[in-house]
Amino acid sequence: MTGRREGRPGERRPDTWPGWDEAALVAGLRAGDEAAFAVLVESLHGRLLALARSFCSRPELAEEAVQETWLAVIKGVEGFEGRAPLRSWIFSILVRRARTLAVREKRHGVIAPPDEPPAGDAEGADREPGMGASGRWETPPTPWGFEDPEAAMLGREALAVVEAALERLPEAQRSAVWLRDVEGVGTEDACNILGVSETHFRVLVHRGRSSIRRALDAYVQERRPGPARAGRPRGAGE
Amino acid sequence: MISCHEVTRLAGEYLERRLKLRRRLGVFLHVLMCKGCRSYLEQLRLTLLALRAIPAPEVPPQRREELLRTFREHRGGR
Repeated sequence: MTGRREGRPGERRPDTWPGWDEAALVAGLRAGDEAAFAVLVESLHGRLLALARSFCSRPELAEEAVQETWLAVIKGVEGFEGRAPLRSWIFSILVRRARTLAVREKRHGVIAPPDEPPAGDAEGADREPGMGASGRWETPPTPWGFEDPEAAMLGREALAVVEAALERLPEAQRSAVWLRDVEGVGTEDACNILGVSETHFRVLVHRGRSSIRRALDAYVQERRPGPARAGRPRGAGE
Repeated sequence: MISCHEVTRLAGEYLERRLKLRRRLGVFLHVLMCKGCRSYLEQLRLTLLALRAIPAPEVPPQRREELLRTFREHRGGR
């Protein structure tokens, strides 16, 4: 169950708690079993912090949101009804706390990032670069041409590009992509966690993924051998 | 036949196998014949692969200890 990276993208990553099943974990938390809480902290703390950063630009504020979340989990585990996975319940708490803190900070004069444009579906909306007005490629994407694309993607450099692109996304897209694609949270759960409709969520995820693909594309095109191959990028417009 | 633009909009859900049969078939047939969309789809697949591989940041030991202490204070010894 651990570290499996293949398989279809976006496939739900099962909640895995080393050595525990979810029911045992919840029972342990309720019974005051420290080991159960340690498992939770190990598995989730870093992920919560990363998600909190979507909402809170200041690292200290994100830390505070995570801190408050853990406290709410400790005090409120009796209230967990198991309708959604434990992890989704915890993510929901975090999103509420992080948003509240971020709003409070904005009131104190810290400049807010611009709001997400409405998730419209107008003519020409979300057209990829190179896409003509007729809906056909004018400049089709150039294949990346890796010998071993999976290995290239999982290399440190490519992952750094992806992480940087993720950080540059607007808040709503970033949290949506984080939950859906990095965490593998199911669409329905993710919509509940973020409090958005499925239609809106799909638009957010789509826009976020497109930006990240573009960032990867720029990275790949930049580092491919220059003049020798520049005349015949493999596959482009053949 | 669906357009290239339409394929790019459906590509994510296509890869997640969330599309209904008719649309899935539409994307499949389009991609069979369109090199540009084939590249796009492959790039998006790799993008999703990389996203899933982002490692979780580790918990600093001190923070871990603080949290466990908080847990003990509220729930321990029961």
